[in-house]
Amino acid sequence: MISIAVQEHDFDAGAEINRLSARGGGAISSFVGQVRGDHKLHALELEHYPAMTEKALRGIAVRASEKWELHGITVVHRVGRLQLNEQIVLVCTCSDHRQNAIAACSFIMDQLKTIAPFWKKEIFEDGSENWVEERQSDLQAAKDW
Amino acid sequence: MSHQLSIVYFAWVKERLGREQDVIEYPKNVTTVGELLKHLQSRDAASNEVFADRTKLRFALDQDFVGLDAVIGSATELAIFPPVTGG
Repeated sequence: MISIAVQEHDFDAGAEINRLSARGGGAISSFVGQVRGDHKLHALELEHYPAMTEKALRGIAVRASEKWELHGITVVHRVGRLQLNEQIVLVCTCSDHRQNAIAACSFIMDQLKTIAPFWKKEIFEDGSENWVEERQSDLQAAKDW
Repeated sequence: MSHQLSIVYFAWVKERLGREQDVIEYPKNVTTVGELLKHLQSRDAASNEVFADRTKLRFALDQDFVGLDAVIGSATELAIFPPVTGG
């Protein structure tokens, strides 16, 4: 079972984990990304391509479910304006075994960073703005799988 | 005969062009994304500047990532945006 959500409002990681764990299996792995407050950051603005976002995220989840034995995958990604320490993304995977759950969770995050149509704009305390550029380390991580 | 295509822009591409989308008619001899970009550049100074460095741009035809050599064919929507930075 693949569950994908793209939303402005916050998510309850615990509730999402519980929902997925109810599907059985001995291993649940989850990752939560949150807004990191460095370089005098005030907020993040997350833009996306609505017509393409869910399709891209689902495609990544389907690839993960083909690579590993999983009972379910949940991906929640927020868009809009986010303050420091707010949650941005949740990836949760459920499997019979720890290795599959952890690997699939990590794979989904690595792919998401390079092929899901989201763009981050940093808004600093002094009012200046900067679109975050892609990182070579992210590209390499996505290729390494 | 000309073809009609909707073009949508995101992130700094959208900001620098000052609009979210265009609906354009383009000449018959334009068949690929790269050729269309060249055609768009010839329209005005802002497009010429924004589309000049193609290494900083990514493209999707009907919501699938494509390269500059992709044939537009019967696609109805082209998206032009910077490399993605989600997660």
